Amino acid sequence: MAAPPSGASLALLDRLVAALNAKGLVSETEIAERQAITDRASPEIGARMVARAWTDPEYYALLMRDGKAAAEAAGASMAGTPELGVLENTPKQHHLVVCTLCSCYPRALLGYPPGWYKSFAYRSRAVREPRAVLAEWGTQLADNVEIRVVDSTADYRWMVLPMRPAGTEGWSTEKLAALVTRDALVGVAVPRV
Amino acid sequence: MSAAPEAAAPRFAPGARVRVKDDWPETRGPCHIRTPHYVRGRMGQVVRPLGAFPNPEDLAFARPALCRQLYHVLFDQPPIWDDGKAGDTVMVEIFEHWLEEA
Repeated sequence: MAAPPSGASLALLDRLVAALNAKGLVSETEIAERQAITDRASPEIGARMVARAWTDPEYYALLMRDGKAAAEAAGASMAGTPELGVLENTPKQHHLVVCTLCSCYPRALLGYPPGWYKSFAYRSRAVREPRAVLAEWGTQLADNVEIRVVDSTADYRWMVLPMRPAGTEGWSTEKLAALVTRDALVGVAVPRV
Repeated sequence: MSAAPEAAAPRFAPGARVRVKDDWPETRGPCHIRTPHYVRGRMGQVVRPLGAFPNPEDLAFARPALCRQLYHVLFDQPPIWDDGKAGDTVMVEIFEHWLEEA
């Protein structure tokens, strides 16, 4: 959905990288390594973490206590990345993640954010009328469920731990993980059987 | 990267009522602030301290950045946004120097 970068902005980026190189602040190698980490990250890692938390009480406790350690345990490269906080949905509370200031997103875990996450429309509407935004996603929540919008404004990145759907008793973690989409990991959707 | 040793202990405990400063540094000159406009001057409640982090207002200008306590602060959806539904909330990361006792 995001427009491709313009020639002018690519030229500006080249000059910035050249200047950072010249000052010895960052090398091409470091940039390539960071891109490789984000390229390797994918919502499947977050989905695996959720499925494991649903089925393994010890892993659930680790996830709630230390998100980065739980992500590392699931195979994500978290070295040098911001803290990872986990927001647990309950029958009474649903979390929705947005960054109104820019586009903070748990990239180390989920990969690049989708275009809509960075759009002005989502960033302004998610805090203002979250129920309308969720409804447009087809996510209907009961009136007695509190929506807690989490504006990711500083040094943490946030992922949602959705509720395990009913009717999945005895499922393998692989089968459970397949229910957990990227959108569920930021709270615009909920896993469904 | 959290809980740098030079940071003072958190001033606010979970549950503390706080007010976000009604301050608008962007009217005074170039700045980089992580406090959204819609909570400035508003009352909220501390959920928990999140650790101490270098002040982004200095980091952005390559100035020496003291570590500041960061909090998760909870606000009621209305009155922050009148479009919202009573009972819904907005939770925001806010640095201690933006908070005062309410």
